[in-house]
Amino acid sequence: MHLTDSEIEIMKIVEENARISVEDIAKMTSLPVSDVEVTLKKLEDSNIIVRYAALVDWSKVEEHEGVTAMIDVKVTPKRGVGFDETAKRIYRYEEVSSVYLMSGAYDLSVVIEGKSMNEVARFVSDKLSTLDSVISTTTHFILKKYKHDGTVFSPPEEDKRIVVSP
Amino acid sequence: MIKTNYVSDTARNMKPSGIRKFFDLASGVEGVVSLGVGEPDFVTPWRYREAAINSLEEGYTSYTANAGLIQLREEIASYMSRRFHVDYSPDKQIIVTVGASQAIDIALRAILNPGEEVIVVEPCFVSYAPLVVMAGGKAVSVGTTKESDFKLLPQQLEAAITPNTKAIMICSPNNPTGSQLSKDDLEALAKIAIKHDLVVLSDEIYAELVYDEEYTSFASIDGMLDRTILISGFSKGFAMTGWRLGFVCANEEITAAMLKIHQYAIMCAPTAAQHAALEALRYGFDYVEDMRRSYLHRRNYLVESFNEIGLTCHKPGGAFYAFPSIESTGMTSEEFAERLLLEEKVAVVPGDVFGLGGKGHIRCSYATSMDQLREAVTRIERFIKKTS
Repeated sequence: MHLTDSEIEIMKIVEENARISVEDIAKMTSLPVSDVEVTLKKLEDSNIIVRYAALVDWSKVEEHEGVTAMIDVKVTPKRGVGFDETAKRIYRYEEVSSVYLMSGAYDLSVVIEGKSMNEVARFVSDKLSTLDSVISTTTHFILKKYKHDGTVFSPPEEDKRIVVSP
Repeated sequence: MIKTNYVSDTARNMKPSGIRKFFDLASGVEGVVSLGVGEPDFVTPWRYREAAINSLEEGYTSYTANAGLIQLREEIASYMSRRFHVDYSPDKQIIVTVGASQAIDIALRAILNPGEEVIVVEPCFVSYAPLVVMAGGKAVSVGTTKESDFKLLPQQLEAAITPNTKAIMICSPNNPTGSQLSKDDLEALAKIAIKHDLVVLSDEIYAELVYDEEYTSFASIDGMLDRTILISGFSKGFAMTGWRLGFVCANEEITAAMLKIHQYAIMCAPTAAQHAALEALRYGFDYVEDMRRSYLHRRNYLVESFNEIGLTCHKPGGAFYAFPSIESTGMTSEEFAERLLLEEKVAVVPGDVFGLGGKGHIRCSYATSMDQLREAVTRIERFIKKTS
């Protein structure tokens, strides 16, 4: 789908901060509020803006005990549908948060969120490995998230500038 | 205490910068939202920083050539040609300096005989007139006005010229007004400069930060290449203020004169900073464009917000300053800035400190986060309502 420069501009602003008001976007882009609303509706309707989400650092939440694993999956592609069918069988599980088709040493990169390493291990051995087309899996657990989607999780660096300068 | 007379008349007679007062005032207040900062809010992109760190690890800790690393001068030449259509020889027409400030200093010292006049277009960066005086010249201020969007008009220039006029000092996009001169504006001014055989010191430090019109370098105007001293650097567009790295381009004769002054006074610009700048010019333009886009959004936001709350503000074509009029409040710009700081904790700089034409205006830097800008607008609006 082709978008205009200002539509792309609006989308980039929302991508950085999904909670920004349409009034602010309008000011930032020098567009009428109604144009911004129409653009956002269009982007939402066409599923280009898929969802508005918050980036959460769960490691700061004591009650949260989850683990995240990235699993490299080798797959035998099927005639006619390639990898898509296997990908679909995998991404339908709620535990699976992302699935990517990769170039290189393996085919699908699957990200799984589980309550414990045991739970993830069980999912891999019971559900993933047993799929006919899956040849092998390699599971990597994420130990610490430093940066995610362009955002560093440590506290932002303070402004080191002097308050007034020429 | 023994009465001494150690300080020169020149230094004694020099007025301290008006910005200093606001710095002292603002530094003493907690919880200030500052629109007073004249530098990018971005930390230097890591890629440039890493190149400097690597240069230190590799042991590049000695002097470079007086004029700067030849590779850097070659990159500057290619950048200036590609981006601004001006051609300079890396060998004979480019000097890497300690910030654009030092470039202005050696340029003025290279061209001025005692008593010669330099027309300083104001409002402007606070250093121009003092640097003219320190170089033995006489600064002749010409104030632009909001009626002409803070652009110097040809008739204003013509009227300021005397038989002693040697040069014009001009900055576009301008600090503090953000005003950008178009190609037509420059051509009209160039005609006068040529007619009176004047040198133009063109401070193009904000050339990367323009939002509406393509940038035109003064040196690219017909007949201007030889009589323009083009001053630029890495501080603003590349977010490298603290590295103190600028450069100056001019004809061979002026460059040779500047180089003599530079080699005796400074030797060379800092080596690690030169390596960072080399990386910036070779691989760093995506970062520059990202930063420009971000300033553009914030400019649009702040200018429109000011106009909404009753501070008329022309749309600045470049740099990262808005320069709204506060005349509607009945206060002087100094009074406005001081009360705004003490009552609402927003730091701005009164326009007067930038010279003629700054009266009745305040400089607001939008090189700060959208959250801070929103907060600043809320506080300024409250302040205006309260005082009206």
